[in-house]
Amino acid sequence: MSNLEDTPTKPDKVTLFSTCMVEQVAPEVGRSVIEVLDLLGVGIEYVDDQTCCGQPAFNSGFRSEARPVAARFIDLFEKTAGPIVVPSGSCAAMVRNYYSQLFRDEPDLKTRAKAVSERLFEFNEFVAKFFGTNALKGQFSRSNTATYHKCCHLLREIEIDEEPIQMLENIDGLEVVPLERADVCCGFGGSFSVKMADISTAILDEKLDYIEQSGADTVVAADTGCVFQMQGGMRRRGSSVRVVHIAEFLAESAKNAGAGK
Amino acid sequence: MKPVTINFRDKASQTISDEQIQQSLEHVYTGFFKGRLAAASETDNWEALRSKGKAIKDHTIANLDYYLDLLATNVEKAGGKIHFASDAAEARKLIIGLAKNCEVKTVIKSKSMVSEEMGLAEAMNDAGFETVETDLGEYIIQLAEETPYHLIAPAVHKSRTEVAKLLDRSYQPGSEPPDATELTMMAREQLRDVFRRADMSVTGANFAVAESGSIALVTNEGNGRMSTSVPRVHVAVMGMEKIVPSIQDLSTMLRILIRSATGQRISTYVTMVNGPRKQDEEEGPEEFHLVVLNNGRDKLLSDIYMREALNCIRCGACLNACPVYRKVGGHAYGWVYPGPIGALVSPVLTGLKDGKNLPNASSLCGACHDACPVKIDIPRMLLELRWRTAEGEKDPKEKSSSMAERLVWKSWRIGMMGRKRFDLGSRIAGWTLRPFTSNGWISKAPPPVGGWTSSRDFPAVSTRSLKSFVKSMKLGGGK
Repeated sequence: MSNLEDTPTKPDKVTLFSTCMVEQVAPEVGRSVIEVLDLLGVGIEYVDDQTCCGQPAFNSGFRSEARPVAARFIDLFEKTAGPIVVPSGSCAAMVRNYYSQLFRDEPDLKTRAKAVSERLFEFNEFVAKFFGTNALKGQFSRSNTATYHKCCHLLREIEIDEEPIQMLENIDGLEVVPLERADVCCGFGGSFSVKMADISTAILDEKLDYIEQSGADTVVAADTGCVFQMQGGMRRRGSSVRVVHIAEFLAESAKNAGAGK
Repeated sequence: MKPVTINFRDKASQTISDEQIQQSLEHVYTGFFKGRLAAASETDNWEALRSKGKAIKDHTIANLDYYLDLLATNVEKAGGKIHFASDAAEARKLIIGLAKNCEVKTVIKSKSMVSEEMGLAEAMNDAGFETVETDLGEYIIQLAEETPYHLIAPAVHKSRTEVAKLLDRSYQPGSEPPDATELTMMAREQLRDVFRRADMSVTGANFAVAESGSIALVTNEGNGRMSTSVPRVHVAVMGMEKIVPSIQDLSTMLRILIRSATGQRISTYVTMVNGPRKQDEEEGPEEFHLVVLNNGRDKLLSDIYMREALNCIRCGACLNACPVYRKVGGHAYGWVYPGPIGALVSPVLTGLKDGKNLPNASSLCGACHDACPVKIDIPRMLLELRWRTAEGEKDPKEKSSSMAERLVWKSWRIGMMGRKRFDLGSRIAGWTLRPFTSNGWISKAPPPVGGWTSSRDFPAVSTRSLKSFVKSMKLGGGK
């Protein structure tokens, strides 16, 4: 379900929910989120003790292990005020749509989870909702072509579809080309990618073929899991196509725009 | 049909490397999936219809005892007989008994997934009744001695050459096979003779209407209509969830079923059967029997977290939308129902331990939930089943996770419960993987990451966490 409905006043401060993947493997995505939000005039509150929302264990069926981690997340983030921004549709969906499952027999935690999730926005959703998809100035000096892969949970759980593409189209000097079957999964699926590696890879191969056929030199996606999956596959193919998280790409293009002035 | 889900991985790998089947599976997307999208987009009130369909099914399943009772009364009122079978064996016995009583020689079957559940055609042939499938796809599958590959397209994996080998008695291997129309005409000719001889038919029922005691059959080939009108005995089989309260409800369900299945606005035939031939009627069977099968459905019904699976109207849209089904094909799922819906119902109907791989055979992308005409939340239920296999939440006997797996998640939890441990965990992971890392990437890692690096590189764990960067960044905002 989307949190896009009402007309909002622009917040000047948000809390960053960085995600475990960004903390441990892709901190540049988190830094980019901070830079982009800074350009929009939004300051960041950072919760020092944050780790993970519990999704990996929950999706693997180990709810008794996921529950304390998720409860800890609620403890930490309910102490903050204002919007919470997360650069992952998947982690956003965990808190917003699946905590109610995880805590279905614990009404107190379920209510507290609901209160937190009403303040929680995925990064693209946040920018689109409060600032619009044309709020960010960006530029690429070379004649770059990019295409966008629609990450499943951002698309189907958070219901953000064309907004990221509109943001890319707003970048000067960037040609945005369509991607065939952009809304078909890349095969990541968390532990599925390791447990059922050959199925995950077969799905990925189809995705990479379509990306290469699109003619784009860069494929942009909005979730680190999907970025790793596609990046890892492209590298193994020896392909020159760059796979990048949208926050990083937007931060880069905004820097280019700043440098050009 | 005996469940063989335990071989999911092997069968899946085999299919992934079979180029011909992969090519055939493309049609599932380009034909069926896109057909449904087009049909939905030209239907103004599509989302409202889906909601209505869901409401009808929710209501019917919640009051299933009442509607089954009403259906039974009205089937009998229309001159038919209703039979309830608790499992596949009982259903087989019952139907073979009917065939014996009616002194039947030849039985024609139209397509029915429930009859597959019963293993009916095989059992009837074994019992000495010539039993022939009359749906083209099912006929091909019967000749090939296989099981259906897809809910609505049982032979979708067969190439034209393979079909020619089965249908064309003069076909020379290696030569160009006849085209699809010619092959269809051959099947038509072969089946026409059987239709004439048949004295009993077994059909499915896409829906049974409680208020009238009628059944509705959706077909494109006309074999359904032949089956319900030519032989002197008609036996319809249905799962006990395939019921709608009223004719109005049927109209809603038909609209969403057909569009979701093939992308047609309406199928070539929609056959309604209301009991046997009446005294003043010239045509139709002398006897009409409706066999209602339970076969584990009561387990779904009494399970509030899985009950929604009984809302399924077997359109196949979730298969067409599923990136996993489109790679592993129908036979990997090991039982009658493949794809996302199969991954839900097979483990429950056949016992979870046999089907433990199925709920894990999903990237949880949600395309099935999006495609479902009655909005079944398949990902939610897959997660429910994963919980049961991982931790034995519902029944300790269902737990099939390994000790190693449980240990991994226990350590994961310990690592996530404090920031210092979390950072320490990152450092340990970094050190452990350092020998495998070059230029920031890992190409060959030990388990559990090894599954990943068999086909993909993995980015090295960062030497610095975001937190360490945040300490040196300006966080005050632009204002």
